[in-house]
Amino acid sequence: MIPSRFDYVAPASLDEAIAMLGSRGGDAKVLSGGQSLIPMLKLRLAAPALVVDINHIPALAYLEERDGALRLGALARERDVEESAVVRERYPILLDTARVIADPLVRNSATVCGNVAHGDPGNDHPATMLALGASIVARGPNGERTIPAREFFVGLFTTALADDEIVTEIVVPTPPPGSGGAYLKLERKVGDYATAAVAAQVTLDADGTCARAGIALTNVGPTAIEAAEAERFLAHEPLDAGTIDQAARLAAAAADPVEDRRGTPDYKRDMVRVLATRALRRAARRARGERAADAAGRS
Amino acid sequence: MSTHTITVTVNGAAHTAEVESRLLLVHFLRDVLRLTGTHIGCDTTHCGACTVLLDDRPVKSCTVLAVQADGRAVRTVEGLEQGGELSPVQRGFREEHGLQCGFCTPGMMMVATALLERNADPTEPEIRQAISGNLCRCTGYVNIVRAIQHAAAEMRGAAAAVPSLGGEPVQPAETTGATA
Repeated sequence: MIPSRFDYVAPASLDEAIAMLGSRGGDAKVLSGGQSLIPMLKLRLAAPALVVDINHIPALAYLEERDGALRLGALARERDVEESAVVRERYPILLDTARVIADPLVRNSATVCGNVAHGDPGNDHPATMLALGASIVARGPNGERTIPAREFFVGLFTTALADDEIVTEIVVPTPPPGSGGAYLKLERKVGDYATAAVAAQVTLDADGTCARAGIALTNVGPTAIEAAEAERFLAHEPLDAGTIDQAARLAAAAADPVEDRRGTPDYKRDMVRVLATRALRRAARRARGERAADAAGRS
Repeated sequence: MSTHTITVTVNGAAHTAEVESRLLLVHFLRDVLRLTGTHIGCDTTHCGACTVLLDDRPVKSCTVLAVQADGRAVRTVEGLEQGGELSPVQRGFREEHGLQCGFCTPGMMMVATALLERNADPTEPEIRQAISGNLCRCTGYVNIVRAIQHAAAEMRGAAAAVPSLGGEPVQPAETTGATA
């Protein structure tokens, strides 16, 4: 499969990239990892006049904890997430997520920001970013703005990003002590999009009650879905078998799946319930620092 | 801007060519350089038959533009043999019957090469994880895993100590997870 003709530029600075992105009346695309864009070009689902390769802008290649947040630059690759000690230590939900995206070869190129900016409901990071309360930093000709994840995913392959804006960074607030998260995905085989997946991030008070819960769902609606009722239900509740079961039912009710080769809506909704139960259990174990249980749960 | 002059180091030799923006790396290798050892399988980023090493990392060359390789180093299956000597990975695939039809083999061997350069003594789950983006429709993967273990042992200078299979259960990649 051969893409349509397009012009290609590889600017060395972000300002140049933004200028070029705006130079074709919206008919330009950003190339970062290329693991979604290039397949779309080949299938001719995308046929932009111009491709702006941002891989020659080294200032965008970082993954670091700074000023109370984990910051993932536009060129932070999935493999960078997998290899990061900081992520493993304090953002295990992000490691869970990166590890189930496509396969190791794709993850050598694919970027976290690209996964989010693409707006595909089958992508895995959007739900995780919703659960973590992350924000997306976008730069355009009029400057920079920060968009909360819950305002970013507008519809199927549609985000709050303007045509001439580039996602430069994702900001994940550092969870307070007593926090833990998990991302669980049901997939038919390695590399498949989720039949359903659930991201859960909880913060427990000293007495074990849930101070905050972030719960979001992958590929059971036109966008990643924040299970807001389940989150509200868990706030100030003890995190036990009964409350987790109820929260998982509320999460399933928030799903809006369609029938496809991965299953019927009823099946997917019930998988959301099962995955939400397990993700909340694992998040709670991690929040309590139960590492042995966590390791056992990886089998 | 729709054509570019690129210089790519392929298996140690610099190649300069004028290419269209839309030319894929796999087509550059096969059609321009005539290095047809890199296969095209699914052409949709799934099967890994087209795997090459780009700056020492395995990538699917059907999902990289040739212009993206400008100024970078590519290694293909043709680069494994050195001075008429098969590489340890190639010898491992031969000794352990790590192929039947051979279509996936170049990609498998490139992934194995990259793995063993980073991890001289991978566990079986690490090997299976490393090849999880490469599909084989013949072997059931058992002999491929064994071939990579053979190569690893040889590279560590302990070819006699190839671990036998079937003892340790294989841990699948984390997906749905286990309950508490």
